[in-house]
Amino acid sequence: MMDSKEQMFQHRQRVNQMAIALSMAAMVFGLIWLVWILWDTIILGIGGLTIATFTEMTPAPNDPGGLANAMYGSFLMVGLATLIGTPIGVLAGIYLAEYSPKSNLSNLTRFVNEILLSAPSIVIGLFVYNLVVATSKTFSGWAGVMALALIVIPVVIRTTENMLLLVPSGLREAAYALGTPKWKVIVGITLKAASSGVVTGILLAVARISGETAPLLFTALNNQFWNSSLSGPMASLPVTIFKFAMSPYQNWQELAWAGVFLITIAVLGLNILARLLTRPQS
Amino acid sequence: MNTTLQTSSRKAHGLLDRLFGWASLGAVLLTLAMLAGILLSLVDGAMPAIQKYGLTFLSRVVWDPSQDNFGGLVMIYGTIYTSFIALIIAVPVSFGIALFLTELSPSWLKRPLGTAIELLAAIPSIVYGMWGLLVFSPILSTYVQLPMQQAFGNVPVLKMFISGPPVGIGILSAGIILAIMIIPFIASVMRDVFEVTPPLLKESAYGLGSTTWEVVSQVVLPYTKAGVVGGIMLGLGRALGETMAVTFVIGNTNQLSSLSLFEPANSITSALANEFAEAADGMHKASLIYLGLVLFFITFVVLSLSKLLLAKMRQREGAAS
Repeated sequence: MMDSKEQMFQHRQRVNQMAIALSMAAMVFGLIWLVWILWDTIILGIGGLTIATFTEMTPAPNDPGGLANAMYGSFLMVGLATLIGTPIGVLAGIYLAEYSPKSNLSNLTRFVNEILLSAPSIVIGLFVYNLVVATSKTFSGWAGVMALALIVIPVVIRTTENMLLLVPSGLREAAYALGTPKWKVIVGITLKAASSGVVTGILLAVARISGETAPLLFTALNNQFWNSSLSGPMASLPVTIFKFAMSPYQNWQELAWAGVFLITIAVLGLNILARLLTRPQS
Repeated sequence: MNTTLQTSSRKAHGLLDRLFGWASLGAVLLTLAMLAGILLSLVDGAMPAIQKYGLTFLSRVVWDPSQDNFGGLVMIYGTIYTSFIALIIAVPVSFGIALFLTELSPSWLKRPLGTAIELLAAIPSIVYGMWGLLVFSPILSTYVQLPMQQAFGNVPVLKMFISGPPVGIGILSAGIILAIMIIPFIASVMRDVFEVTPPLLKESAYGLGSTTWEVVSQVVLPYTKAGVVGGIMLGLGRALGETMAVTFVIGNTNQLSSLSLFEPANSITSALANEFAEAADGMHKASLIYLGLVLFFITFVVLSLSKLLLAKMRQREGAAS
């Protein structure tokens, strides 16, 4: 009798130890990939990085060159997409948090927003292709901007709403009691109180679209040359990396590593910055 | 004088108030229109292919642009097969990570480790794809594929699943890269839902002498079932719609010649990424958009389920507190 109890206890402990060991192994497994990918990106990326990477245009196979036009295109399209997407996202977030948090319309919008947030980004590319490229008969930087803006909106909506909901309602009530009009309460008080959180959302959105490739493939397409006009095909870092990395040419692959390095640094930097902004004060 | 000034300023505020309200309502309606617009434009763009093939498109194996003859089975098969492999790898690993972060990790390690896992989610998919193609695939082929083919190449059923050219590109590499990509998504949802388990429940179980594993498997898991499944669905939605990571390593071959893990194949997203910009207007484009519509439909269903389950979890959290 005693024996079987003892055995059962040992069995339970063995199972527990095994589960703990497996759980630790899973943690290590997850981290190994992060370290491995970052390591390769840094080593191979720095190897491919030169001054010319920043100053010269994307080259033909086996010619020297850089990524200047692709970087410019990425900056321009990401910047404009953020400028267009942010106000729409913030306004919609305000509606959800301040105007009618519990209405059916708001619930529906939240649901739709969550779907848009995780919807395949290539489908957004298809949508903008049908809407813009097919009607204007040309691939263009503007189409790329629009596709990226459509990805910015859901990210900003979600963080804006969440951050506004954290603002204590006492602040709102105090302002209303003084006779402040609603728009002023929102702009001057709640949005201001939530501003670091809203900025975090915008940073995360910028980080997200900086690395997006799929929605640009058939909207902005690509361009081997310097092009400052948004009404024609435009190069971007991710699409250039895609083209160069899939090619068999040595110099293209090196440039692709340099580009991937730059994007990874930018995206991780933005993410870490965003985290620092919303770090809970302790 | 004073009163008229006040009323006029109040009027101005009233107008501004209304304008601001309309603008935010407009932004909400725009968001709703986006989803409707995506759906309508995909249906519209795919119409020629829908009219020609109907639902048989989904079970047709041919994909021949030169003959203008299209069917989606190869890509749908590739998308589902790779996502399935990704889930098989990612679900247990994510569960282990969430378990470690909520029950085992010393508290000073929780934040840095959690952040590291979340950063893994932030890395753009093109980085995974390029790394998968240039670094991971050669390793997979040398150290996994070749030894497996040498050891089991003559075993009847098994050899069907491991045949294929020794380049490391194909279904399995795409599945593994996808798994690495979705682990952080699933793990962070699981961690979040594990953390909402009321401490009282857990402490009661510990107080009765349960081991950590017993607490997790018999208290935390049953309590968070809906949330856990929701997290897995969220990861599945990501995997199904992921483009770049898959396009680099799947091999982009529109044939369905074997069920092998090492056979180059194609997925809906990689077919779109590779062919759409150069596809001829007409049936080729329409068929690709039809594929996009199928993808959107599948991910829509999966993501909706995920959201509903997570919402159910949240309701329960509200009811308990």
